[in-house]
Amino acid sequence: MKRPVLLLIALLAVSAVSFAKANGKWLEKVPAADKTRANPYSGQPEAIAAGRNLFIANCSHCHGQNAEGKGSRPDLHSERLRTATDGDLAWLLKNGEVFNGMPRWSSLPEQQRWQLVAYLRSLNQ
Amino acid sequence: MDRTSLNSCWKSKSFSFKFSILAFLLLGFYLSSALQAQEKPYFVTYSDDLEEPGNLEIETQFLTASPKNANAFFAPTVEFEYGVTAWWTTEAYLQGQATQNDSAVFTGYRLENRFRPLPREYWINPVLYVEYENVNEADKSFLEVVGHDTVTTLQVPNAILRAEIERSIEGKLILSGNGHGINFSGNFIAEKDVNEASSWEFGYALAASRPLALKGSSRRCTVCLQNFAAGAELFGGLGDRYSFGLKQTAQYAGPAISLNTPNGFTYRFSPEFGLNDNAAEVLWRFGVSYEIPQIRDWFRRSK
Repeated sequence: MKRPVLLLIALLAVSAVSFAKANGKWLEKVPAADKTRANPYSGQPEAIAAGRNLFIANCSHCHGQNAEGKGSRPDLHSERLRTATDGDLAWLLKNGEVFNGMPRWSSLPEQQRWQLVAYLRSLNQ
Repeated sequence: MDRTSLNSCWKSKSFSFKFSILAFLLLGFYLSSALQAQEKPYFVTYSDDLEEPGNLEIETQFLTASPKNANAFFAPTVEFEYGVTAWWTTEAYLQGQATQNDSAVFTGYRLENRFRPLPREYWINPVLYVEYENVNEADKSFLEVVGHDTVTTLQVPNAILRAEIERSIEGKLILSGNGHGINFSGNFIAEKDVNEASSWEFGYALAASRPLALKGSSRRCTVCLQNFAAGAELFGGLGDRYSFGLKQTAQYAGPAISLNTPNGFTYRFSPEFGLNDNAAEVLWRFGVSYEIPQIRDWFRRSK
C-alpha cells in the first residue's frame, strides 16, 4: 500500500518542480522568420471571441479564466507579451517550452493558434 | 434439461449479457460525467500528444465483437493518464472482459510512460513509450496487436486463458506530425514476455485524422464542426524475431470519429474491420474521457 502512495508523492513532487518561473528566455529562441509572421486574424472581433473560447477550453486551467496567472504560471497581461510580436506568440504556442512547464499546442490547427494570438493581443492593448 | 428450458436459459444468459453491456455503458457515462479532454479519435495509435502537466485524464473505453466460431465478448478498459511534466506522461490501465456463455474476468493492468525527447516541434516528432504489463491471456482489449496474435485465442474458454499470466515489457517508437490540420501518426511496437524465454514480438499502428473545421467558432457550441475530428486507423502484428512479417498475423483497419465537447467530455467511436482470416470480423469501440484539470493544485498551498 505504501509504494503507490510514495510513487504518487514522487510524481507530484517532480511535476511541481518542473514548473519553473517564466523568464522570457524563449523569446531568444524564436527564429527571425517566425518573429515577423503576421496574424491573418489580427484585430478581428470574431477571431478574438473565438480565441477567448479556445483560451477558456485549453489555457485557463493554468493561466486563470482571465489570464491573470495562477501560482508560478504567468499572468498574460504583461509587458513581455505587449512587446512580443504576433509571430513570437504563434511560435510559443506551436513549440511550447516543454522543459519549462509550457506544453506545445501544435495539435490545435494553425488557424486556432492564430485566433488565440488575436485574443492574447487584445488582452495587452 | 429439456429443449425449452435450455432455450430459456440461453435467452436469459443473452439478456444478462446485453444488460451488462448496457450497465457498463451507463456506468461509463456516469463516471465521466464529472470529468474533460482534447483527444484524437485513435484507439490503438498514439500521437505525440502528451497530457498537459498537472492534469489527470480518466477514460473508459469499451470494445465489443462477435467473432465467427467464438462467443461474443465485451471488454472494458479504464485508463488514468497524468501529465507529470510537459515532456513526460504516465498512465495506468485496468482491464476486464465478459464473454457470452462463459464468464466475466479481470484481465490485468498496465503501467506506461511516454517521453518527448526533443524540445521543439518538427515536421515529425518522436515520443518514446515504455510499458510494463501484467495481463492474463483472457485479455480482449486489443490495445495493440503484436506477434502472431490471432482470432483463434478468442475460442478458448476464460477459465483456461486466465490461468496464463503474461508479464511483459513493451516499447513503442511513436512518430507523429501535424500539417494543414491533419495529424499523421505511426507506432512501431516491440514486446517481450519477461516470464518465459519467448522472443521479441512486433506490431505497428498507423493513423491519420483531421478536425472537421480548422477555425474556432466565436460562439460556444457543442455540436459544431470544429469539435469533431475524423480519421482512420490501421494496425496489426508483424510477427516475431524469428518470423518477421505479416504472415499469420491479424490486421485491422477502420474509420474513427471523436467529439470534443466544450464542457470537457470527449467521445470516440470506431468500427475496426478485420482484414484477413486471422482477425475478427469487426471490433466495435466506444470511449469516453474527461480531464481533471490541474489536480496537483489540490495539493498546493498557493493556487
